[in-house]
Amino acid sequence: MRAVSADEATSSWDLGMVPRPFRVRKNRRELNDVVTLELEPESGEPMAFEPGQFTMLYLHGIGEIPISISGDPSHEGVLVQTIRSVGAVSEGFCNLSEGDMVGVRGPFGRPWPVEKTDGKNLLIMAGGLGLAPVRPAVYWALQNMDRIKKLNILYGARTPDDALFPSQLLGWEAVDDVKVLLTVDRPVDDWYGRVGVVTDLIADLDIDPQETIAMVCGPDVMMNFTIQSLRAWGLDGENVYVSLERNMKCAIGWCGHCQMGPHIICHDGPVFSAPEVAELMSVWEL
Amino acid sequence: MEGTSKILPAERFDVLFEVLKKQGFDIWGVHEKDDALTLAPIDGPADLPRGRIDDTGPGKMRLIDGSRDAYFDHTLPMQGLKRLVYPPQDKVFETGEDYMFTEPPVDAKPIAVIGARSCDLVALETLADVLENGPYPDHRFAERRQALCLVAVNCTRAAKTCFCTSMNSGPRAESGYDLALTELFNSDGHRFLIEAGGERGQAVLDAMSVDEATDKDRHAANIISSTVAASMTRSIPDDARETLKSSYDHPQWSDIGERCMDCANCTLVCPTCFCSTIEDRSSLDGSIAERWRRWDSCFIRDFSYIHGGVVRKETASRYRQWMTHKLTHWHDQFGRSGCVGCGRCIAWCPVGIDITAEIRAISKTGEAVVEAGVS
Repeated sequence: MRAVSADEATSSWDLGMVPRPFRVRKNRRELNDVVTLELEPESGEPMAFEPGQFTMLYLHGIGEIPISISGDPSHEGVLVQTIRSVGAVSEGFCNLSEGDMVGVRGPFGRPWPVEKTDGKNLLIMAGGLGLAPVRPAVYWALQNMDRIKKLNILYGARTPDDALFPSQLLGWEAVDDVKVLLTVDRPVDDWYGRVGVVTDLIADLDIDPQETIAMVCGPDVMMNFTIQSLRAWGLDGENVYVSLERNMKCAIGWCGHCQMGPHIICHDGPVFSAPEVAELMSVWEL
Repeated sequence: MEGTSKILPAERFDVLFEVLKKQGFDIWGVHEKDDALTLAPIDGPADLPRGRIDDTGPGKMRLIDGSRDAYFDHTLPMQGLKRLVYPPQDKVFETGEDYMFTEPPVDAKPIAVIGARSCDLVALETLADVLENGPYPDHRFAERRQALCLVAVNCTRAAKTCFCTSMNSGPRAESGYDLALTELFNSDGHRFLIEAGGERGQAVLDAMSVDEATDKDRHAANIISSTVAASMTRSIPDDARETLKSSYDHPQWSDIGERCMDCANCTLVCPTCFCSTIEDRSSLDGSIAERWRRWDSCFIRDFSYIHGGVVRKETASRYRQWMTHKLTHWHDQFGRSGCVGCGRCIAWCPVGIDITAEIRAISKTGEAVVEAGVS
């Protein structure tokens, strides 16, 4: 039989299909169909995580979904997750109130390589809800501005009203050495900002691509185009990272659902360097 | 695997069953039921499909009388060993509305399987690499696997759909067994050569009063294995892994997509297919919720569903996922092939899609049509 070490036995909650109970401390409505939940472990034992990791969130009798952690990695006591209502389970989460309970497994997955940004510029590019999985990397960067050169955030939303965390975006822009550029697909009457796809904003960057690490998150098609645009701008592929999304049932390598070619996204990813996935991303229905 | 080897006359075959029962094992073996071979609980040698052989081909499995009275001239039951270690559905937790989760105990009954074939033993090791030896070991699988006593049978005949030789997984059991039998018919009569593959097998052997095997017996068994190996006509080409890496856009996928019915039979009979889904069920009043883990199949449309749609919408891309995973990406993920050459997917495909023929169709045309694309 498999030898079970003492460490494994005591952390057996983390090993399988069984979640840990958490309680909702706050449900903040971000957009029409998006909320951010602040969750606290019933046990009081904090869940440490790294930027880019995700959890499996379980709602009693309804189901379980993979959700990226969108909170500050230095605040271990509270688990922050941003959820869009797109199905029965995610809708259930969006409707939770303070004091309600949920189940949590994780954290899972390969994180953003924040340590690679030492002495370099960090370029964050996000589309839509893709800002949530990169927000922990932004928090990390803001706390480590002495280690990095400049932080640039390029963000694309469908309309101005669909921009996630708008007041935070403004706040970040005010920090020294931080630049935030926003563009929308469809403007409204009182929009005086940029209109177009997020890759258009690359032309406005005044940093050296050779000295830059990019972290990209959004729909597959946005990431695919962004990889190409960043390469054209002069950024080496191995300095571009993306976070992929596929169907996930287990998050621990057992269920086979999240495969993309050679990768099992739950533990090989969800964060990949561009050379690892760029070709695969352009394969039909892979 | 070197161990003690003994000789058991066929008329005393029941002694093996009796010893295993006395040591606390339920016995499972191949049994003829509804015109097919099934893996089922059996009581003694009389429950085995003696004298019967399986005539297989693409989309075909018929049981017919063989030319002799052998216990094991048939090849494979439709199921592999998978369901004994990884049940088609398994409850993994239960919780009340208080989110106090309890995990049910594992029903790891000691089971002795008589007649496990080499390909199925390799398949079990292949599954263990996925579920037991990864970053998150599945203890339910591990406990059930540990409870198995595997009595292998070295094949005396290959079915027409067999291709274990080209996958290096047979026809002779090389590891992963507790005992291995080779059924011998010669001037010394109808007998079994029994070899122990470990302490548990040795204990069974020690409890039976049987004669030592001779070099002649061992030689006879070797001849059988090499004859069976040489008789196989199907194979997977050596360059399959590399070929598929550059064949995502091969037109053969849409050709297969026209024939494949998405029935998922191949994944259900495959001894290594491990994909599962999660089913969260609740009691009628909603107070108790259970989680069940169920076998799933990459041929099911919703398998790749994410909000906004299904990733693999076409049958062609789903078949490509299955075959490319087996022959190429399994190597990338787990360092070995995901196919053991048992041929079940060929025999149990209702339209007779043959993985060995499809890979050849892709290999043969190779580079020339890679750019042709799939419409």
